[in-house]
Amino acid sequence: MARKAASATRWLKLLGLLLGALAAPAWSAEGAVDFDARIIRMVLPQEPPQLDSSKATDQVSTRILGHVMEALTRFDAQGRLVPGVAERWEIRADGATFWLREDARWSDGSPVLARDFVFSWRNAVDPKTASEYAFILQGIENAEAISQGEAPVDSLGVSAPEPRRLEVRFSRAIAYFDKLVAFATFYPLKEDFYRARDGRYGADAEDMLFNGPFVIERWDHGARLEMAKNPHYWDRDKIYLNRIEFPYITADTNAALNLFKDGRIILAGLDSETMENALDQRWRIERFNDGSAWYIEFNHREGRLTQNWNLRRALALSFDTYELINRVIGTPGNLPGLSLYPSYLRGAEQRLLQEIPPPEPVTDWALARSHLAAAREDLGLAEAPELVLLTGNSPTANKQAEFLQTLWKEALGLTVRIDRQIFKQRLAKMTSGDFDLVAAGWGPDYLDPLTFGDLFASWNLNNRGRYANAELDACVRTAQNSVDAAVRVDAFGCIQRILLEDHAIIPTYERGQIYVIHPAVKGTIRRQTSPDPDLSRAWLEQP
Amino acid sequence: MSTYEPTAADFAPLDAQSAAPVLVRPSLSYWADARARLGRNPRAMGSLFLLLALGLFTTLGPVLWTVDPSAQNLDRISEPPNLGADALLIDRGQRWAGVVVSGWPAAPDPAWLAQADRPELPAPEALRTVATPHTWSVRLRWDPVANAAGYQIYRNRYEPKALNELGLPLGDSWSGAETSYEDALALEPGVYWYSVTATDGERESRQFQTLRVEVARALPLETARKAGLLADGQGQPGDQITLPAHPLGTDYLGRDMLSRLMHGARTSLFIGLLAPLLYVLFGTTYGAIAGFFGGRIDALLMRLADFVVALPFLLFMILFRVASGVEAGESGITAILVAMILLLWPATARLVRGQILQIREEGYVQAARLLGAPQRYLIFRHMIPNTLGVILVTLTFAIPTAIFTEAFLSFIGMGVAPPTPSWGSMCFEGLKSMLNSPHELFFPALMISLTVLAFNLLGDGLRDALDARMRARE
Amino acid sequence: MGRYALKRLLQGLITIWFIATATFAAMHAVPGDPLSNEKATTEAIRKNLEARYGLDRPVFPDQYLIFLGNMAKGDFGLSFTQQNRRVNDIIGDAFPVSAQLGVLAITFAAIGGVLLGAFTALKRNRWPDVTVMLAVILGISVPSFVFAALGQLALVNINEALGFTFLPVAGWGDISQMIMPALVLGLSTLAFLTRLMRSSMLEVLTADYIRTARAKGVSEAGIFWRHALRNASLPVITVLGPAIAAITTGGFVVELVFAIPGLGRAFVEAVQQLDYTLIMGTTVFYGSFLVFMVIIVDLLYGLIDPRVRLS
Repeated sequence: MARKAASATRWLKLLGLLLGALAAPAWSAEGAVDFDARIIRMVLPQEPPQLDSSKATDQVSTRILGHVMEALTRFDAQGRLVPGVAERWEIRADGATFWLREDARWSDGSPVLARDFVFSWRNAVDPKTASEYAFILQGIENAEAISQGEAPVDSLGVSAPEPRRLEVRFSRAIAYFDKLVAFATFYPLKEDFYRARDGRYGADAEDMLFNGPFVIERWDHGARLEMAKNPHYWDRDKIYLNRIEFPYITADTNAALNLFKDGRIILAGLDSETMENALDQRWRIERFNDGSAWYIEFNHREGRLTQNWNLRRALALSFDTYELINRVIGTPGNLPGLSLYPSYLRGAEQRLLQEIPPPEPVTDWALARSHLAAAREDLGLAEAPELVLLTGNSPTANKQAEFLQTLWKEALGLTVRIDRQIFKQRLAKMTSGDFDLVAAGWGPDYLDPLTFGDLFASWNLNNRGRYANAELDACVRTAQNSVDAAVRVDAFGCIQRILLEDHAIIPTYERGQIYVIHPAVKGTIRRQTSPDPDLSRAWLEQP
Repeated sequence: MSTYEPTAADFAPLDAQSAAPVLVRPSLSYWADARARLGRNPRAMGSLFLLLALGLFTTLGPVLWTVDPSAQNLDRISEPPNLGADALLIDRGQRWAGVVVSGWPAAPDPAWLAQADRPELPAPEALRTVATPHTWSVRLRWDPVANAAGYQIYRNRYEPKALNELGLPLGDSWSGAETSYEDALALEPGVYWYSVTATDGERESRQFQTLRVEVARALPLETARKAGLLADGQGQPGDQITLPAHPLGTDYLGRDMLSRLMHGARTSLFIGLLAPLLYVLFGTTYGAIAGFFGGRIDALLMRLADFVVALPFLLFMILFRVASGVEAGESGITAILVAMILLLWPATARLVRGQILQIREEGYVQAARLLGAPQRYLIFRHMIPNTLGVILVTLTFAIPTAIFTEAFLSFIGMGVAPPTPSWGSMCFEGLKSMLNSPHELFFPALMISLTVLAFNLLGDGLRDALDARMRARE
Repeated sequence: MGRYALKRLLQGLITIWFIATATFAAMHAVPGDPLSNEKATTEAIRKNLEARYGLDRPVFPDQYLIFLGNMAKGDFGLSFTQQNRRVNDIIGDAFPVSAQLGVLAITFAAIGGVLLGAFTALKRNRWPDVTVMLAVILGISVPSFVFAALGQLALVNINEALGFTFLPVAGWGDISQMIMPALVLGLSTLAFLTRLMRSSMLEVLTADYIRTARAKGVSEAGIFWRHALRNASLPVITVLGPAIAAITTGGFVVELVFAIPGLGRAFVEAVQQLDYTLIMGTTVFYGSFLVFMVIIVDLLYGLIDPRVRLS
């Protein structure tokens, strides 16, 4: 009996310990915002592959880098270009000059100098670095030859004649160079620190040096990332937040919404399924244009049915972009796919699409059928052809592919087979041309229409359908080489006209996103280029 | 007195007969007994009927319910179960060009905008609808606001009382003179509350104007004709039309759930039954051989099983799809089947081997062996029936596992290709909209549960019926 | 016993070599490569990237032999997706996380499964049996991604109703963050073990030695705990080995939903990205772990059941 009682006591103790462990409020301090300590917490959709700015390609890396690094220029909350490390600058037809500010500092206290940019840019085009974004420096003297291994790295047209003056020489005019240098590949890198890491730069928090508003203080791979205010940042007085923490890394949008609902994170994206739930919770829903344009790309390679203009026109005429955005996607903020260019791009004076208005898309099944009949005659086909639609494996991609499959079956009696592939296999098939149609999207690298405009130039490797049109190529060259805004707008208009008349692609939609954000967090910047979302200038207002 | 004269017949022997009633029942063979006991098990019989019903659902269902499983009704997305609805026929016509107030400035006066303490813009006045609002279009217009650079339009299901309740940010206009908006975003019949605010280009005003709009279900003539609801030339705008019923609701593309479940059953039951049956059968034979012979054969066979079990399923699944030459767009069911059979048997093999090792040492097996029973007899008469319980449990668990493996593969884009539906992938799709339209998750999950339940009960019944020791108990 | 263990260990090494070779071949047979990305790169850059990862050499024998040599040294090289990080470090970070979660899940599943299974066998065909069995069927016929989502949703609502954090919704680092994921992860194994245990228990209860024990006058409780339960748990132990390995490495869905930095997520992402080195690293690691587990279970078998001769 005594033994039994003793054992019962032991069990009770154990239970008590367990409950004690449960009640220990180690985590409960981690709310979405901490007003006193000025901390906000967020979820990261995936682990950044690495944080060396010369090699960064994905959105998560560039989003983090955008908080801890500063380029020569940057965009403010209204999307205007403002000075960053450079105090002022001058863009000419043959080159550019940037004057760096005196008080720009690295996180170790040393000054940010022009040679840090020289090293960084040389490093990016160096074939040994093998940066996938080396192409973005094209237009700077010798950049192309260096990345092909045909010229020495120090022949790049960038130099530091004075510690705080950066000279750039162009091989062709780059009208948008001031906007271009805001991109991640153009961030500075400190040479001796970079070399001392021996290839491990950006692999861990201690393997990095920062010159932006924040520094990375802790990086537990796959689990957690924490940023703290950079005490050496020149504009530190404008930075309100002391810390931005990412205690969760998951791509699951439902999990993110649950974390938001539980008061753990300040921002969560919504989709057509979770949208209603957010309405019921009486959260204020925000909307923004994420910058990407989506389209169906045809395979224009020799021997493909999709080389036929009548067939492409038949497919385009049966598609209705409004039906796609209003019914299939069903979230606010998506805009109809009218053109290759998204609506936010600026032209010479106004928005680009106001200056070169694309035609309103036509949906006409009867006309589409007559074009299909013509296509069958052209191709000598007895029956309606079968086409393969290559698509990704995300639920959204799947939904749209299923919609198109049924649509073309009903409208044209065409059998479209969906080839759903995981990422790397899809890329392999896109590169080798193993498809008839592929659903694709493109996000801007810099805020100039050229980032979209040169996509279908015959030499562009991202032109997966191998569309080739001499007239379009000529217009792309004009847009690349000219500094005259009006001439460039005309060239962009020419590209748009050819693509639409020739049905080289079917624009499907311009993506918008909706999200919910903690009401106390103000000054969040959502934009079309990285870093998005940008919280470096956010502040808290107690409700 | 008469004397009895015995005859020769009196000395003839009697026919053989028994005085006692027959007490011995006809000898029952093991299998006959099992069958009889299965027949007496009400749960097992119930499960048999359930399976029969599932079979009919799969085969006869599509014959009776002839709705095309891939036909999309984009005006009836994610509808709960219903028996049809009435809709107003409309003429869709052209897109609305909208209203631009002529002469009104598109942007605010720069001098006004330069004021640091400029007042907030008022809410737009006279928010009203243009034309009858219906599920394909709600046209709104309002009076312009001085110094506005544009307007924001919101929509909600309930009346907004505060700024955070305005609802979905539908869109905006980029000019102070553009005072209209056409909403066509996933409209459902019912009441909506629209709100409009003005913005001066930098700051959105907190003043809003709200309008209650009753939206009627409508169907464009053209769509009705395409869907075969109207013959060509029939019907005109303003007529009422009855839409078809969806007894189990519709999915995310407005496709009929009942029809998809029926067609999905083919995929799911094919993979869910054939794959487990084949690999459990193979695993059992394999495990039995290993366990029975023991020694070197056992060691070799089990190492092979260890090898197979450690191969990454996902990678080999992708490889089988490539190797078996699955063309783009084919359903790819066979590749999944082959991958499952080749990779999933080792667990059963290990389990059966473990059992056999144990049974091998049992007294009755030793006795049979001493009596000179052949090995085949030992395996089929003693070992397999005695491991049947465990095998059946494995089998009943393998069914949902197979169904979900297919769903998981669909999730990463390696499953059956659309438009072929399957229960597993329907479950996965339904999960996302679990809160708003639970029927999209519930029905496929229910079908899987019913299938699993049926096989579990049948498995139990079979186990009881086939277990020789149960016989002794009765 | 010692010799037997040594022999099994040697055989295990050969098995691992087989696994590595088969996976290596399969991986290179799949079209696509880890270096391609959304934005196309020029030939020159591609060549340099290939050279960095040694992909410029022929797959066989060069790459294979180099891989085998490195594997023997226990080095799997640099990951393609988490650039600049060694595969060993990734596994070293992710495995303990999955292992902790897995051990918790399997403990919960094993204890629950054995007890529930034994209990339902004793109450055969009566209402507790029927209820538990229906729950088990529900447990196996609802996929884990549904349970994970429901579990998380339940926590959100519980926290909201209570007004304080009863259990965190997601994340990693605290015991409290493990409980719900472990429950979800262990659920299907729990259901499986319950069924298995019930079935096994029913057989044991009719065995001769139970009758003998009863005839000797051993109490019912003694029979249950000392004789029946121990013998009936044999098949449970058999499946436990692979189940532990599967659960500690295969919780992809649970890890994704609960934002847990485990090995299951690392592996599925590696396959999707065709991260050669990470695929090889995780497969060989997982294979070794599994083979090792099987050996342990086989040795345990001999200890629990003296009738099973290990030779």
